[in-house]
Amino acid sequence: MDSCRPGGSQRRDLVVHRPPRAVAPASSGLQRRIFIAGTAAILVVPLGSASATPDAMADAIGKLVGSAVVREERVKLDLPPLIENGNTVPLVVSVESPMSVGDHVRAIHVFNEKNPQPNVFTARLSPRGGKATIGTRIKLGDSQKIVAIAETSDGRFWSASADVIVTLAACLEEST
Amino acid sequence: MGNILVNAPKTVRRGEIVEIKALIMHPMETGFRPGTEGKIIPRNIIERFTATFDGNEVFSMDMSPAIAANPFVSFFMAVTESGTIGLRWSGDEGFVAEEQVAIAVK
Repeated sequence: MDSCRPGGSQRRDLVVHRPPRAVAPASSGLQRRIFIAGTAAILVVPLGSASATPDAMADAIGKLVGSAVVREERVKLDLPPLIENGNTVPLVVSVESPMSVGDHVRAIHVFNEKNPQPNVFTARLSPRGGKATIGTRIKLGDSQKIVAIAETSDGRFWSASADVIVTLAACLEEST
Repeated sequence: MGNILVNAPKTVRRGEIVEIKALIMHPMETGFRPGTEGKIIPRNIIERFTATFDGNEVFSMDMSPAIAANPFVSFFMAVTESGTIGLRWSGDEGFVAEEQVAIAVK
């Protein structure tokens, strides 16, 4: 939906300079201006609504790890750097681990900065998995930083992060 | 059920680590979007996905509204003997779906 795109109001210039289209005489300049005003009004809503912030993400991560040190090692977070459609974004998290009974990844947590809530998912793994790799598809409301944190059976935490650019955000309005 | 798609090998070598992919049809309505009448559409998501092998839990995932519609999950499982993979999705509005897939060791 166009109304979800940032910068919708910048099209005012186009309206002024473009001659009326022969195929659609009904779309006069006035109607276009009303349409633009409408899209501008819709744009205000997502900006004003409550959403997760980098602070909220830091809080959520703090609640999870407590005072433990989080090392940026062993975890690989794979998602496309440029996302055309935030409604479904493939994401793969893999952690280097032997996945034995004595040394395995207990859980993988994924957090985001700017969706309405900071948490995305928590996956719990067991040594029976054999390999600490999981994949899923997520929604992203804006260009932001995604953080994956792995918790190993020895109680230590490992992390990886990725910055992504989202051109079409997961839409806040109902699609029609 | 017709709205679940599971991709898993039917036969494996003993001890092989196999990838299981599971997809289920579900709107994953976030509870943050206003509908056409301006009211917020109530949240309706799958909250939990679990995978078991012969009744023992291998993998589980707690989902949030940030999981895309029609949730897709892929994970790995070490198969040491023939058995049955049980997959279960549960969530808002009493949603429960289950699927079973048999895996045989050659």
